[in-house]
Amino acid sequence: MEKQYIDLYKAHHSLIKQHAASVMNASRDASFALFEKLGFPTTKLENYKYTDLKEVLSPDYGLNFKRLDFPVDPYQAFKCDVPGIHSFLYFVVNDAFYPENNQQNVDLPKEVVICSLKEAAEKYPDLVAKYYGHLSTQKQDGLVAFNGVFAQDGFFMYVPKNVQLDRPVQLVNIMRADVDFMANAHNLIIVEEGAKAQLLVCDHTVDDVRFVSNRVTEVFVAENATYEHYKLENTHIKTTNLSTLLIDQQASSNVLGNVITLHNGLTRNNIEIALNGENCETELCGMVIADKKQQVDNFTAVLHNMPNCHSNELFKYVLDDVSKGAFTGRLYVAKDAQKTRAYQTNRNILLNRTAKIRTKPQLEIYADDVKCSHGATIGQLDEQAMFYMRSRGIPYEEARLLLMFAFTADVIDNIRIPALADRMKMLVEKRLRGELSKCEGCTICQ
Amino acid sequence: MLEIKDLHASINGKEILKGLSLSVKPGEIHAIMGPNGSGKSTLSSVITGNPSFEVTQGSIVFESKDLQKMAPEERANEGIFLSFQYPVEIPGVSMVNFMRTAINEQRKYRNLPPISATDFLRIMREKKALVEMDNKLTNRSVNEGFSGGEKKRNEIFQMAMLEPKLAILDETDSGLDIDALRIVANGVNKLKSPENATIVITHYQRLLEYIIPDYVHVLYDGKIVKSGGKELAMELETRGYDWIKQEVVV
Repeated sequence: MEKQYIDLYKAHHSLIKQHAASVMNASRDASFALFEKLGFPTTKLENYKYTDLKEVLSPDYGLNFKRLDFPVDPYQAFKCDVPGIHSFLYFVVNDAFYPENNQQNVDLPKEVVICSLKEAAEKYPDLVAKYYGHLSTQKQDGLVAFNGVFAQDGFFMYVPKNVQLDRPVQLVNIMRADVDFMANAHNLIIVEEGAKAQLLVCDHTVDDVRFVSNRVTEVFVAENATYEHYKLENTHIKTTNLSTLLIDQQASSNVLGNVITLHNGLTRNNIEIALNGENCETELCGMVIADKKQQVDNFTAVLHNMPNCHSNELFKYVLDDVSKGAFTGRLYVAKDAQKTRAYQTNRNILLNRTAKIRTKPQLEIYADDVKCSHGATIGQLDEQAMFYMRSRGIPYEEARLLLMFAFTADVIDNIRIPALADRMKMLVEKRLRGELSKCEGCTICQ
Repeated sequence: MLEIKDLHASINGKEILKGLSLSVKPGEIHAIMGPNGSGKSTLSSVITGNPSFEVTQGSIVFESKDLQKMAPEERANEGIFLSFQYPVEIPGVSMVNFMRTAINEQRKYRNLPPISATDFLRIMREKKALVEMDNKLTNRSVNEGFSGGEKKRNEIFQMAMLEPKLAILDETDSGLDIDALRIVANGVNKLKSPENATIVITHYQRLLEYIIPDYVHVLYDGKIVKSGGKELAMELETRGYDWIKQEVVV
């Protein structure tokens, strides 16, 4: 499986480099050497035990090394699930940033840079070089190494010192191709001292082919900065969404991650937040609603490397049919990270006997003056609550829906953009009612 | 209104009700008393259709309709209400949303359009006043973090909202202090009309000082072994249940 990609790189490395920025090429051969060593992750690795990638990575996928334009106008062709939240709106098709011609972006403060990573690397090589790959190249992970080998472009956002964006930035990722297709986007987000940014990443697919998206997003949140990262996935069942989110948090910064999988094929979210300064605040949460043969594996790590930080993690899963969920919550507290307060909760509802969940809280605490907790539960809908509601005249299906919706409510409550929270409530309710078992206007998932 | 004949019911294969018969007419208040484990709560569960219980024999007919063929929600929408002995907490479901859904499902069942927001709020306000319920409670999740007394008050509040034809109060007095008891009983009495009926299930005679029953039945070992007027409750209060048990044995 790896061999075809190793041969591919050997045959086309100059073409790949020719169409990518030199900053990205600098680490490419090293990534290649690492990928040759690691290969794709297999279920033999503890970290990938519950998600078998073999089947989804076996087929031949097209890659777009020559950076050919795909004929699509995303502004016209695609209506995202989250319209009308008054965002600064951008599109990435596969891994290519689409030139903006969007009226709602004119108010973006002039100091803020949002463009393709390639363009940023050409215009601001020093800035990009200062950050690009600093988190990802250290990772001993086959998927991240693979991304380092093949990534040519992605999304770039730079919010300079003390600039506070009062509207969210929305990045709509669309997978679009006529053949089975793979994209390796690399996103870079820099939020400087005292700055504030909210990013909503929406993942969608449009064509009836198999997609693999292997994306790496590096985020640098400087001192006293605030960053919110929302990822909403609503893709079709033939999608493999491999997403690595790496966040570096400096002193007194505030980070919120909220990762919601509404509909998908196979999804692996690798999320690592490193608290590298004192007094950091970190909130990481997520929700999974899955049925049919969907698979979602959220593999998370919160690393308390410095003292006096506070983190809170909450993931909830509602699984039906023969869907499979996995959750890993690694909570690391370094020896000197005293006065750490770190909490973790994972709650799961299995709606039938065939759905599966694997949950693994993993606390590694080397400091001795900390407050940490974890909890994981797996259960069914509360029968007594069901009967209580039915005894008030609420029909079985509606009572079930109310309970499931209530179960997910605290994840939605963690969304700090009110318009997005409202929209999300609506989407979750539609999904639970079975009305959103496929994307709008799409006929791929039945 | 309610006709129960020779009812046998069991849970997990264990028979609890062993041939119970009861007839309730509009406007009546029936009290069902009996020692622990006699089947009082099972009776309320079976009338309201709790799926944990299985009816093995006999019939329950409500306004000429066979209840056994109906789901719990249908029974509720036909006008049967149970005030739970242990009201269930439902985190994440707000009282307002819960109540509005219940009211609208009832209206849908009766071919009525959904209630308007202003009407709903007005009725909520009126009914809250009836049971002297704190405004804050209706802004919270259903029963979540409510005290024992607040939960019972909330049951009567829901009863007031849904205006049932037949209300079953299962140990509504347990866990209530004397003031809360008076408020709850007062709420029940205000909701009383010649068209509706009430079954009061209770351990003690105390509640019956506030809600005066027309009939008192003693349930023992899954059957009604003695029926009488309100004076029977007084007698039970002074003499306990042992003499009844002895009568049954004899």
